[in-house]
Amino acid sequence: MHDFVGGKADWAVHGLPLEGRTAGRRRAIDVARKDIPTCGPHERLGYVRNRVQAAGHDLCIVVNERGIVLGRLRRDCWEREAEAPVEDCMELGPPTTRPDHFLHEVIQRLRKVGSLLVTWYGRDEDGGRLVGVLFRADAERVLQENERLPR
Amino acid sequence: MPIQITREDVQRMTAEGAVVIEVLPESEYTEEHIVGAVNIPLRKLDRQTTAHLPKDAPLIAYCYDTD
Repeated sequence: MHDFVGGKADWAVHGLPLEGRTAGRRRAIDVARKDIPTCGPHERLGYVRNRVQAAGHDLCIVVNERGIVLGRLRRDCWEREAEAPVEDCMELGPPTTRPDHFLHEVIQRLRKVGSLLVTWYGRDEDGGRLVGVLFRADAERVLQENERLPR
Repeated sequence: MPIQITREDVQRMTAEGAVVIEVLPESEYTEEHIVGAVNIPLRKLDRQTTAHLPKDAPLIAYCYDTD
């Protein structure tokens, strides 16, 4: 006997084929934006601000050298002293969800907090690593398109 | 002891004829399962319930995730 340790969740988040009554329901990983800028905690706010705004965003996720989420920078950080380090302004413990969670499972939280960081789960070295950011508007739109599927 | 394998192993082994078994309850299997998997809930997994499976094919069991 062999044990596929990643299981159905690992299979699903890597886009491999599933079948069944509700196959095709959209998950957090399907809708999360993967292009949100990241920075390190010791970078200077002014430098990060320029990079983030040049990329057309106002949000930046703070990660360590392995991509593990430490916090996030929001719009109000861009008005702070340019020479200040990111860690002085970053919001610790931003709300997160797993990539395999279905949109209909997270929509109530999204309606409260506006966005969720999607991070890898598990106890291995990838646990806590950033996958993307799931925004309420994106999830609402996809749920409307997807609502004919059973839940 | 079962041999731990990855999704890449599952893809390779199923292409070579391995049988995939979802050991979650029937309700979860009905909702969604790996294409081609059969369902034998863990509590029912024994010699009798696996008797119909091919004897010469590798068996791969999975649940929801690592936890």
